[in-house]
Amino acid sequence: MKIAVIIPCYNEEACVAEVFNEISNIKIPNCYIQPVFINDCSKDNTLVLLQSYNALVLDLPVNLGIGGAVQTGFKYALLNNFDIAIQLDGDGQHPSDQIINLIQPILTNEADIVIGSRFLLKEGFQSTFTRRLGINYFKFLNKFLIKKTITDNTSGFRAINYKALKEVCNYYPDEYPEPEAIILFSLNNLRIKEIPVIMRERIGGQSSISSFKSIYYMVKVSLAIIFIYLRLKLNGKRSAV
Amino acid sequence: MENVVPYKIQIISIIGALLFMFFIFRLITKGKLREEYSIVWIICTLILILFSVWRNGLDIIAKFLGIYYAPALVFLAAIFAIIIFLVHLSVVNSKQQRQIKDLAQNIALLKDKLENKRND
Repeated sequence: MKIAVIIPCYNEEACVAEVFNEISNIKIPNCYIQPVFINDCSKDNTLVLLQSYNALVLDLPVNLGIGGAVQTGFKYALLNNFDIAIQLDGDGQHPSDQIINLIQPILTNEADIVIGSRFLLKEGFQSTFTRRLGINYFKFLNKFLIKKTITDNTSGFRAINYKALKEVCNYYPDEYPEPEAIILFSLNNLRIKEIPVIMRERIGGQSSISSFKSIYYMVKVSLAIIFIYLRLKLNGKRSAV
Repeated sequence: MENVVPYKIQIISIIGALLFMFFIFRLITKGKLREEYSIVWIICTLILILFSVWRNGLDIIAKFLGIYYAPALVFLAAIFAIIIFLVHLSVVNSKQQRQIKDLAQNIALLKDKLENKRND
């Protein structure tokens, strides 16, 4: 099993070292784990730092935003015949030691997409109150559309198999892709499973969503969710673009 | 309904439209404007010239459509055309954004490939 761990980085010099070490130290039997960093035009030393560790870095020439960066990693994984792609944020929030749990449902062919959820066990860093309001809103919106409860729609800690990989290389949202991608997966008849994970508070860097932008975030993601739902429904579940 | 449009403004608008047409043509020949985007501007200029020459045209069409105040028709048509064109530009913009994203991703992937080749 070839597993790509995709880590989008934007000004993450404070924590890439730790993330790189953590992932390099993971040993899973019969699995080859390759960390793939994507430098989304960081203004700090993220790129130099990663290169000094001889890490695999895909260096984007222009800033694409989190979705475009992650998709670059997906494309790399597809081109190089990886079986599983894992998305992990560069800020150290996602517990890389739980990767083994994340891929388990894919290895046993129980699911095509596995999402690490903070809210299944309600342990660890639970995000702020206002954020949780937003997360609950997406929970209900997505439940209404796909008739399935996803407790943590905004979680970026995910593993996807080859089937899902082909789908996300074809289309993946640019900004705030997580809640929208769930609709995309679901309408393409991919099986989604959530497992409980314990997340940490970010080590460094900045969230891609500041409170100032949160209204825009809600509106944009809501529109994106509704439109991708309509697009996939109207196109008879053909892949979007 | 004679003389609704004074001669002076008629001459000014014909000259203005011709200058505009000339400006568009110059942009195309200099390669600063692509032909497909110039079509809409050429059509607009032709319409402008048509109504500058055909003095009563505006009134006749306004009457036909039941518009009491003929100049209102000009504004209506102009605003409608502008909105359509702006939507068109947004579509073009979205398409370019997607193309730029694809290009950027491919550059990142190729850079990595090149790096590997060099290290071999």
